[in-house]
Amino acid sequence: MASRGQRPEHSGPPELFYDKKEARKYVRNSRMIDVQTKMAGRALELLCLPEGQPCYLLDIGCGSGLSGDYLSDEGHYWVGIDISPAMLDAALDRDTEGDLLLGDMGQGIPFKPGSFDGCISISAVQWLCSANKKSDIPAKRLYCFFSALYSVLVHGARAVLQLYPENSEQLELITTQATKAGFTGGVVVDYPNSARAKKFYLCLFSGPSTFIPMAQNEANEEEEARESTFTVESLSGSSVAETPRRK
Amino acid sequence: MKLLTHNLLSSHVRGVGPRGFPLRLQATEVRISPVEFNPDFVARMIPKVEWAALLEAADTLHLVEVPKEPIQGYEHDERFLRKMHHVLLEVDVLEGTLQCPESGRLFPISRGIPNMLLSDEETET
Repeated sequence: MASRGQRPEHSGPPELFYDKKEARKYVRNSRMIDVQTKMAGRALELLCLPEGQPCYLLDIGCGSGLSGDYLSDEGHYWVGIDISPAMLDAALDRDTEGDLLLGDMGQGIPFKPGSFDGCISISAVQWLCSANKKSDIPAKRLYCFFSALYSVLVHGARAVLQLYPENSEQLELITTQATKAGFTGGVVVDYPNSARAKKFYLCLFSGPSTFIPMAQNEANEEEEARESTFTVESLSGSSVAETPRRK
Repeated sequence: MKLLTHNLLSSHVRGVGPRGFPLRLQATEVRISPVEFNPDFVARMIPKVEWAALLEAADTLHLVEVPKEPIQGYEHDERFLRKMHHVLLEVDVLEGTLQCPESGRLFPISRGIPNMLLSDEETET
């Protein structure tokens, strides 16, 4: 994804980074497809949708439709928003089932209140932290996104946003704006001890708060991890360490 | 763009708020694409449907056999659900425009994808 260690977010705006060449990787590179699909699966799992019910979901930064395809395979219907025409072209070529929109999440989400039963986002939200135009103020764009997201979700619905925060300050900037917009929830960190596999999922609830899902660790794929603990950072700022619960 | 999506889309131009719905639809190219019928999903979407907006869009596209309103016991009425399934999920607008009723702003639809990108002046800040 990043060349010579540089984060893609530092190279310029997403609509330029995700050009035809980059879009082709999402269509051809099997490792990339595998990673994206796995993250989509995990995000959907964390969404905790009612069993056996087809839902209407929003996919933020849907790109070439990899995550959307996963949603379709699970029997859900979805709408995807992306800022990159090249990625959306790739999605059209792949004949995805969800409806696609060309849009900038930092400008809001053009839907009526209570439109969606849930929302996922894979590897997109951290792009809001970079100011690509002189007029961009990341905190404002983040707030605009989160307040729009809060509105378009059915009351009590969730959003699970997988993202790559550059550092803890960036993660805090993001969670602060989400809280301001009315969300509760927390960050689930999968594989916290692996630099390569570590993944952040911002789990947001638009209604009364419920449990934070258990994070995954190398030890507990088959059985419960015995000695490892994981950290759940609640949006109020305090860090909470919990021992894994029995599945 | 399916009519279910159109029925939920609302203009996010600065200052427009709830008066940004429904977007006025004009279509120059429409495609009918078969989609697998899922009665559960259709039934769950019925309460979300804005009927006046749906009927206006269906009329613009010259669709026939469009139910005028939900009928009593629609959850179990396959005929009704199949008609709604067709209108909401199988009619795809490929080329056209969506117009914000309050600001008059036009959003073009190309290859089935509405372009909802706003200028800096139009963005709510």
